[in-house]
Amino acid sequence: MQSTRKCWSRAELDPRLSACGLRLVVKAVMMDVKKLAKVAGGGGQAAPQIQKQINLPWPDAFRISLRSVLLRLGRAGIAATGIVLGVAFLTYVWSDRIFSDGVEKARLAQEQTLAAAAESVRKPAAAPEAEQGAPDQPVAPDASQSTKAEKDARQLWLVVMSLLVCGIGITNAMLMSVTERFQEIGTMKCLGALDAFIVRLFLIESVVIGVLGSAAGIIIGILFVLLYYGIKEGFSVTAKVDWGSLVMVMLYGLVIGTVLALLSAIPPAIRAAQMPPAAALRSEI
Amino acid sequence: MAKYVCPSCGEKIETTGIVTVCPKCNADMAGVMEQSARALRQKAAELIKDDSVTTHEYIVRTRGLKRSYIMGEEEVQALRGIDLDVRRGEYLSIMGPSGSGKSTLFNLIGGLDKPTAGSCYINETDMAQLSAHELAWQRCRTIGYIFQTFNLIPVMTALENVTLPMIFAGMGSDEMLERGRMLLDLVGLGGRLNHKPQELSGGQQQRVAVARSLANSPAIVLADEPTGNLDLQTGKEIIELLKELNVESGVTIISATHDLKMIDVSDRIVHIRDGQVERIEKREEIDLEIGTMGGQP
Repeated sequence: MQSTRKCWSRAELDPRLSACGLRLVVKAVMMDVKKLAKVAGGGGQAAPQIQKQINLPWPDAFRISLRSVLLRLGRAGIAATGIVLGVAFLTYVWSDRIFSDGVEKARLAQEQTLAAAAESVRKPAAAPEAEQGAPDQPVAPDASQSTKAEKDARQLWLVVMSLLVCGIGITNAMLMSVTERFQEIGTMKCLGALDAFIVRLFLIESVVIGVLGSAAGIIIGILFVLLYYGIKEGFSVTAKVDWGSLVMVMLYGLVIGTVLALLSAIPPAIRAAQMPPAAALRSEI
Repeated sequence: MAKYVCPSCGEKIETTGIVTVCPKCNADMAGVMEQSARALRQKAAELIKDDSVTTHEYIVRTRGLKRSYIMGEEEVQALRGIDLDVRRGEYLSIMGPSGSGKSTLFNLIGGLDKPTAGSCYINETDMAQLSAHELAWQRCRTIGYIFQTFNLIPVMTALENVTLPMIFAGMGSDEMLERGRMLLDLVGLGGRLNHKPQELSGGQQQRVAVARSLANSPAIVLADEPTGNLDLQTGKEIIELLKELNVESGVTIISATHDLKMIDVSDRIVHIRDGQVERIEKREEIDLEIGTMGGQP
């Protein structure tokens, strides 16, 4: 009881992230883990507890969160823009490397085809083999290798910075969204919502924003690279690109964008959940 | 043993159970049954309110309830020790000028806030001793809330607003929808199940809020200025609705208000001033003439 009391007063004075907030997120996750374990281990023992159970099933939570995203598209859009731009930059940088490799390969293959054609006009079938063998051959001299590594490092730095900035952007947008909805949160608590439910609702919401935003970012990033190389080298380069690793880049982009959105939403979600209901209801925006 | 008379053939039936059709002429007895049940309920309600007959069961008891806020450097005492007993099935109004501590008391009784000193018992459990989980359970199942600003969830339809507490309580989805429809029907919004709060008038929104407060059949409904944002006529309708629920289903209603229309339906009125109970009046003792409103008889 003592600790709850402490949390309350602290949240009243300073409703920002605190130690018991992190505990809350852990609790929100643990609740479901425990429930799963109970289901797996036979729910017979849970029977006397059921009467005092309060819960918010995932499908319902998902439905509520999705609805609030759709109804506040403007706010969600601001949060998503950060993710879209960050992930677009990320995919651009990563797929740029894949594309330039593809272009290199194409050029090498072309040179070898020409050489082979000069050597023997009757053996055009050698071309595809030469293409596959190309990466094994020493491609560039040492000097260009080192500038390439430097460029990679600089790009990685840029990517990390841009992701950080967009993470902060999401936190900010989610904080605004929480502040706007203090009354709603207070009402939900009056209706019997646990703090963990509020955290869950906000986290689901940000995951939805994260997935949609990263999907859009991936499409934009790839589109830009395609356009750049298509105009510079002609659209035939797309045939030489390693589509397998490009798909991997897309997946990485999706995962990074979503995780970023999720992490950035944790502090606002905690802030929302820790409001004592009376204070949440009193607040007016 | 209860006696019923068949409405069509006049046959007298004596039974301890329920009679749905008359054994002699097969006439429908549902109306008669309902009537007698209502009469019984009313009689019980009267008996409960009769001090000479019953020893009362108190659903809410507060002892030395104090709450102070820290405003800057100063400590402001919102409540200075409130002792209050509320009987089961009572319609209680808490009255007082603004700033007298009505809302603070309301929040403490409802478990929305914690007292600095003293204790508040609901159904003999001390609200301050409950864990967060138990407190949420209490808010979900035992207490229904109605607010001055309605506080419906704007992204949800009327029906979803009413069924939200039932989701928390873990009710099955079919049962939930059925009960939600029934409750909205009860408050006279049967035809507006799928309207969003913005599409409803103030009075209608408050009706949805009333339906929502009853979602999990609470023992107490707490209403914080339920008529504060409504015009006279709609306010009167909401008050009548609350009174009807109080009489029909025996739910205890505690309402913080400074609406004089409330006096007419309240069993007791608690006057609060400067964070203390000034006086408690019984309805029979008040001789207050309330005029007609808005030109309505």
